[in-house]
Amino acid sequence: MEKDFQIDELKKHFKDKVILIEKKNNRRIFVHISPDAVVKISDFLFSNLHYRFIIASALQSNLGFEIYYHFSNDKNGEIVNLHVILPAKKTAIESLTGLFEAANWIEREMHEILGIDFLNHPNLEKLISEGNWAEGVYPYRIEK
Amino acid sequence: MGFKEFCFKKSLWLFHFGGASCNNCDIEILDCLTPRYDVERFGMLLVGSIRHADVLLVNGSINQKDKKRLLEIYHQAPKPILVVAIGACGCTGGIFAEGNTFAGPVDKIIPVDAYIPGCPPKPEAILAGIVKLLNKKPEQHKSA
Amino acid sequence: MSKIIPIGPYHPLQEEPELFKLYCEGEIVKDVKWETGYNHRGIEKLSESKTFDQVFFLVERVCGICSTSHPFAFANCIEEIGEIEVPNRAKYIRTIIAELERIHSHLLWVGLAGHFLGYNTVFMWAWKYREPVLDLFEKISGNRNSYAMFKIGGVRRDIENDKIPEIKKILDLVKKKTDLLTGAVMDDPVIHARTKGVGILTKEDIIDFAAVGPTARASGIAIDVRKDDPYAAYPLINWKVITAEEGDVFAKAKVRLLEMYESVSIIEQCLDGLKKEPEGQTEIVVKNIPEGIGTGHAEAPRGEVFHFAKTNGSNYPVRHKIRAPSYVNIATFKKSCIGQTISDATISLAAVDPCYCCTERLASVYDFGSGHKILGGEELIRISQKQTDKLLKL
Ligand code: SF4
Repeated sequence: MEKDFQIDELKKHFKDKVILIEKKNNRRIFVHISPDAVVKISDFLFSNLHYRFIIASALQSNLGFEIYYHFSNDKNGEIVNLHVILPAKKTAIESLTGLFEAANWIEREMHEILGIDFLNHPNLEKLISEGNWAEGVYPYRIEK
Repeated sequence: MGFKEFCFKKSLWLFHFGGASCNNCDIEILDCLTPRYDVERFGMLLVGSIRHADVLLVNGSINQKDKKRLLEIYHQAPKPILVVAIGACGCTGGIFAEGNTFAGPVDKIIPVDAYIPGCPPKPEAILAGIVKLLNKKPEQHKSA
Repeated sequence: MSKIIPIGPYHPLQEEPELFKLYCEGEIVKDVKWETGYNHRGIEKLSESKTFDQVFFLVERVCGICSTSHPFAFANCIEEIGEIEVPNRAKYIRTIIAELERIHSHLLWVGLAGHFLGYNTVFMWAWKYREPVLDLFEKISGNRNSYAMFKIGGVRRDIENDKIPEIKKILDLVKKKTDLLTGAVMDDPVIHARTKGVGILTKEDIIDFAAVGPTARASGIAIDVRKDDPYAAYPLINWKVITAEEGDVFAKAKVRLLEMYESVSIIEQCLDGLKKEPEGQTEIVVKNIPEGIGTGHAEAPRGEVFHFAKTNGSNYPVRHKIRAPSYVNIATFKKSCIGQTISDATISLAAVDPCYCCTERLASVYDFGSGHKILGGEELIRISQKQTDKLLKL
């Protein structure tokens, strides 16, 4: 009961920024949001609802670049995936590192493998590519 | 007896270099030191610096970034030195050979005297391999 | 003038082999920076070119010590996409393997922590008692590491019922030896002196860095995927989550040692459960994986392993993301090391249990100005060991 209530709160707070809440089963929830609200919604999940940030996964698809931010509620084992779509032309999104340290490395990694820019990231340096592949090469991108 | 044979006659000191490995090989090498296998009874000792070593053990696939370090270590080594490639990764690249950062198996980078295959090779196999190498006729040592 | 002390660079988990640079003034660590990429093998990319059956062999080799946890999380992930329910017998076998792995991994850690403290007796003991566990693995799966037990819909090999008494006998032995080891570690005044109050992580730090596993549990945060989001046989049996409040290195050691007892008890209950299930029912046949997005996690010895996969109805994952526990735990060094002395830094680093190779290999100290090598990796361990000697003489 309670958990449905928690997630529906998102819709109440952020209205049209939350495009769709999709409950796959009662432990896996996908929330499709618009990219400009990612910081606010993550902050709400992290500070108000006390979710733990697990990781983010980026991938390339026909729609452009997609990022899933995975959050977990350790009290009832549910995983909430915030899903944003970035158009292929404008691959930039606000960084979450200001909210929690845990986002630091993964944003650097996504920057390297897919070339997504994270605005306001404290240090968007190379993490894994140094010496392994050249600057400006994004090995996980699909050439079209 | 020539100088080269003389060098490998008594206690050998080993130096361990791990490339991009999965860690199993490293653990099995360390396992050789512990009471059940006890490599020290053959007079072998794992040392912390290549400058003291007679044998260089290399395990794991080598990626672009490691390649430079491996070459540097090889140049720092006092010659003659024996090189042993350990594990499927060290011998051929193993499961990682198709990876985008793979820089070639060990023998494409430095000369190798012995191969110990297995994923991971058992400690018994590592011991058997090194002892076999010792009993090899010295003129067959490639790099020595 | 601050000196840079690099620790690393090799670290054996997925994309996270690192070079730590400790910025020191005198003996005090002022800042920590890291650099990774030495161990990057492009596993996520490789995985996209392998069929679901082959991916298991690949993720097993993300980390040799956690060679059950990654397949476990991946199986959870794909089975969620396909809505597959594995038979009970397979659930029990999966749990047994995962817990055996926890025991061997924790023993390995205790040994290495002992080594870093200059306590080589503990190192030799712990690794000696780890051998029976590896023998068990060899009995069950045919290999000491990399067990290849997992597949979608079940496990590859059965544990026959007539093997169970034998396994129980070895478990008893392991338990006895663990008693011995726990006694030796927990009551030792020198270990107390070297680990209590060292490398403290507070609750707030843990939440900020989103640390998981024993690192979080030692700071009083009771997160454990096995309890929070139960999978496999964990909901069917009785066990408890071990926590400690202090957050220092000693608390982490305590949590790990006590967890081993829980693991033994879990395995025993699973073996009893196994007897009730019909032999041979270890898998269900899975024809194809539908299109979808799945997330799966499992509790590895070091914390939560997280896998994310996107499928498109074909034989291959379209995108596969792996998050190993050390990825978030290692970042906590920034908190636990700063303000410590160099000799305490090694054990603080070792406390979150990154794979040991990183501190063992190619560590060297560079003078900030000239870039000349001053101290090697052995040297660092030696400094740490000297500190213990000093304490012994007091
Ligand atoms: S040979 Fe096998 S066990 Fe050894 S590093 Fe490679 S994958 Fe790991």
